[in-house]
Amino acid sequence: MNPSVVWRYGRPALVLLIAGLAVGVPLWLVLVTSAKPQAEAIKPNLDLPAHWQPGSNYEDAVGQGEMLRGLLNSLLVVVPSVLLVLILGAGAAWVFARRKSKLVSAAYALCISGLLLPPAVITIVMELRQLGLAGTRPGMIAVYTGMYLSTSIFFMTGFIRAIPMELEEAARIDGARPFRIFARIVLPLLRPVIATATIMVMLYAWSDIFYAFFVLGGGDRATLPLGLYKVASAQLYLNNWHLVFAYVVVMSLPMVAVFLVGQRKIVSGITSGAVK
Amino acid sequence: MADTVVRSARKQASAQGAPKGVGRLPRAAVHHPWWFALPAIVVFAGFFLVPNLLNFYYPFTDWSSYHPDIAFTGLDNFKTIADDGTLVRAIRTTLLYALLAAVFQNGFGLGLALLLEGDSRFNRFFRAVFFLPVLISALATGYVFQALLDQDGAVNSVLGTDVPWLGSTTWTLVVVTLIHGWKWMGLSMLIYLAGLKGIPDDMLEAARMDGAGPWRTFWSVRWPMLAPALTFNVTTALIGSMNTFDIVQATTGGGPAASTEVFNIYMFRIFGQGLYAQASAMSLVLFLVVVAVAIPLVIGLRRREQLL
Repeated sequence: MNPSVVWRYGRPALVLLIAGLAVGVPLWLVLVTSAKPQAEAIKPNLDLPAHWQPGSNYEDAVGQGEMLRGLLNSLLVVVPSVLLVLILGAGAAWVFARRKSKLVSAAYALCISGLLLPPAVITIVMELRQLGLAGTRPGMIAVYTGMYLSTSIFFMTGFIRAIPMELEEAARIDGARPFRIFARIVLPLLRPVIATATIMVMLYAWSDIFYAFFVLGGGDRATLPLGLYKVASAQLYLNNWHLVFAYVVVMSLPMVAVFLVGQRKIVSGITSGAVK
Repeated sequence: MADTVVRSARKQASAQGAPKGVGRLPRAAVHHPWWFALPAIVVFAGFFLVPNLLNFYYPFTDWSSYHPDIAFTGLDNFKTIADDGTLVRAIRTTLLYALLAAVFQNGFGLGLALLLEGDSRFNRFFRAVFFLPVLISALATGYVFQALLDQDGAVNSVLGTDVPWLGSTTWTLVVVTLIHGWKWMGLSMLIYLAGLKGIPDDMLEAARMDGAGPWRTFWSVRWPMLAPALTFNVTTALIGSMNTFDIVQATTGGGPAASTEVFNIYMFRIFGQGLYAQASAMSLVLFLVVVAVAIPLVIGLRRREQLL
């Protein structure tokens, strides 16, 4: 048979097969298990629940996992972190993109070093303790902001360099001061890259558990992933896969929703930022 | 253009009655003042650079939860982790993890990108499907695969086998890196797709006119043109997976017999025991390993881009 014919009909079949096995099976497992009673979920399998009880599982996950508090805690650290990363990053990127001197280049190189270097999580704890910020939301926000500033500065600097200087000059002729030019001209032009940076920082910060462990711990301020960890660690003793997966579904929904709403922008933003 | 700038600056000064000193500052300083960058620099320096600098001091102390004072102890912590074998094991495990994870993530990502290259409704839908794992938290991913791969798990129950997927001291690391590759393949796929889209059509046309088949076209035209995407993907995958924690913690917790104990798992465990300085020592080693891998990698890949 002609190879191009094989490709024409084989490719969609192959895509369906891979998608079914690689994404369909795990997704199916999560959804059916989250609807099973505990006795059926002890040994996870792909069977449909003999007895459906999604309602009470999700209710338990929300109640026992203290989900609403976790959700609020997550929002209270992720949203300010994202805003700070964007605003501080944009201000710095503007200066780095427009000014040319050895000092500016050095400052830029230093500020994007976080793209490669790992955060020193142990001494972060030490520093936060000395500042009285250990276990607090401002401490967590500061850590996330410091970690992701490099990414936003890197992407935004590249983006601003591609914006013609004339736009700013025109406003300057009209008598606009730097702050006004930044707020009225540079920030609006940055919209596409802001969309990308937002989704990337949200992706990492929303699902982060490692740094949250060290900074926030498991107390009152525990974020959603910490809550999931708690529910799942109890799993060793209680075998509550049904609750773990109900938790996973609820916790993942906000990110999936954000993606579905902004899909086109996110996809084009991620791709245009990376390959330059 | 320079002329307009000068005139506009003067006009601005006269229109706003700016203070006298402004005229003598360089134009750049007036138009793009430093203080716009200052907050970012302060936060980044304060919460990223300073901890990394402190990380060059505390590994040489006896900082722990057992006594209130911190004293300088030289290389004791490094001796401890070197003598009990954890240092070499953590370096080897992490490097192997990063290498395998990067290979799988890029292999899957490139494969999917080539499968879903055309811009049809079908392809757009399945790109979103394969991006789904990127949106799910890594911890949740780990739990899903634990339920799948446990000895009592779903895979064994479907296949009717009894394989300890997560219980082998040799192969479990490979299984966990496969999961890592699965989680991030959607991101690599998008970046490879962008790279493929950036290849000019007439270049592919020319290859076809010269009689190149799909195989030849891939290796002679597409693969070299994908160099920037490959650089980005390989770098982020390698560096990112050296910082891995969630997936390993959720699937194996570092086991069996510490065969998947990467740096961050070790730090987490030892920090929990109150041995802060020892954890900090491992953190310093991670820093040095990342630097030792990242710098030659970035330079090498950049050079490769220029050669191709």
